[in-house]
Amino acid sequence: MIDVKHLTKYYGRTLAVDDISFHIDAGSVVGFLGPNGAGKSTTLRILTCFMPATSGSATIAGYDVFKQSLQIRGMVGYMPENVPLYPEMRVREYLMFRAALRGMKSKQRSLAVDRAAEKCWLVKPEDMMRRRIDQLSRGYRQRVGLADCLLHDPKVLVLDEPTIGLDPAQVREMRNLIRSLGEEHTVILSSHILAEVEQLCGKLIIISGGKIVAQGTPDELRRQVSGPSRVIVELRGGQAEQMAKAVADVDGVRDVQHSRAGNWTRLTVQGAEDADLRQDVADLVAAKGYHLRELRREIGSLEDFFVQMTYEQITRD
Amino acid sequence: MRKVLILAKRELSAYFYSPMAYVIAALFLLMVGVIFLWGVRVPFLKIELEPVFRSGAESTLRPLFDVLAYGLAVVVPLLTMRLVAEEFRSGTIETLMTAPVTDAAVILGKFLGAFVMYLFLLVATGIFFTLVVVFGKPDWGVAGMGYLGMVLLGGAYISVGLFASTLTRHQLVAGLIGIAILAFFTSGLYLVVLTVPAEYAQSVAKLNMITYFADFSRGVFDTRGLVFFLTVTAFFLFISVKVLESRRWR
Repeated sequence: MIDVKHLTKYYGRTLAVDDISFHIDAGSVVGFLGPNGAGKSTTLRILTCFMPATSGSATIAGYDVFKQSLQIRGMVGYMPENVPLYPEMRVREYLMFRAALRGMKSKQRSLAVDRAAEKCWLVKPEDMMRRRIDQLSRGYRQRVGLADCLLHDPKVLVLDEPTIGLDPAQVREMRNLIRSLGEEHTVILSSHILAEVEQLCGKLIIISGGKIVAQGTPDELRRQVSGPSRVIVELRGGQAEQMAKAVADVDGVRDVQHSRAGNWTRLTVQGAEDADLRQDVADLVAAKGYHLRELRREIGSLEDFFVQMTYEQITRD
Repeated sequence: MRKVLILAKRELSAYFYSPMAYVIAALFLLMVGVIFLWGVRVPFLKIELEPVFRSGAESTLRPLFDVLAYGLAVVVPLLTMRLVAEEFRSGTIETLMTAPVTDAAVILGKFLGAFVMYLFLLVATGIFFTLVVVFGKPDWGVAGMGYLGMVLLGGAYISVGLFASTLTRHQLVAGLIGIAILAFFTSGLYLVVLTVPAEYAQSVAKLNMITYFADFSRGVFDTRGLVFFLTVTAFFLFISVKVLESRRWR
């Protein structure tokens, strides 16, 4: 559905997006994740034909973003960050205007507006569609912006920070809405909040400093995080080196490191991928008669990974 | 073309949603009314204009139009400064330019919206013309040419103001740039003519919008004036589109 190859964007001399490539399948919900200023918005703006890239190529459903921009704009719904709207217009009037801009005939327009308004829960309270946009709360503005994107039933929805500035209840609503939209549309959204993207998206693309630092399903990423499995053991009852050596001899153990933790010795045991060494280590400890205080398998959280990835990138620059 | 009309309609309604249009219309009509009934006298600038509406005067709006040609150089940029600058300031440019509309359609739509607004103002001066008709015997040819001149002049002014509005995200700056450009093309050129070498003076003088307008207000239809105003309008619309496009390469 969406193919991006070696996309690079300079703002003047500032490099905003640095040679990124990715592919998005039709019908998936994809999250762009990255700290502020990572290049998420820039990438989305290029995909929605708001600005061209400095180099590289991007296609949506086979149309080139640079050369066939009008076709792309006709089938993409884009909600920019902070949802800019004309403050003096009324909700219905605004949506009718947007539908007309999308080339809909007047009958069809009215239907499309009603349908989108219903999807985005703009029909309650009853006078909502007649209110002036500058009198709406943040949550309702966001819904108007989203309804605008849905008017023409786009194949691709691009939402830049769709939940920023919403209160927790609204965030949950917006999430449910996006999830339900993901059933019919290809959705790309950006966020700097991991938990949100992790719940919503089938695929994550983590961007930092204009580069893609990791991409994949949340599970794939999680596996990358933990890497080979690790077991942490704290025990006493022998010389630290001896105990480390004994544990190292257990089948499947690749590496053991020891450190002191008060009167106890802490061993960090590296095993093969996916291996769970807890049972083997426990058996050994029992056989040797050591005292055991702690035995746990460590799985890195995606959070750690995200922070580590983006932090590494920042410190490298 | 349909999208141009849709954009023009939104632009026009935006004028009436904001107090700006009413304030400008009130100012404009006040200006017209003062000139019409009392005339203008600014001794230190040696401007002395009898009231347009007085017994014994020719029954025409011509002196009024001649002053308005200068006055509009200030009023029109106030009317157009919002057009594109505000889209940039509020960020709506992003939703606008990611909808399936071309840059040219956006510029034309905005031009048309402002132009219709301007025509409303012009129609409102009909009140004064009615008075002239009731109390005198106007020369309809002069009146018609006067209004045609005002329409053409307005189109050119609006395209300049629109161009100024594409240059910045600050309305006020856009307004000032517009006024500056128009001041140059109306009054400033008189000074330029005096300072450039004689062989260029004539060509420079030909750029002055007022000289072409003066023909119309005298009741003379001159195709040079027609071509001049249409060219100026087209030229500024064209560079407005180019400036809007250039945003993509910055």
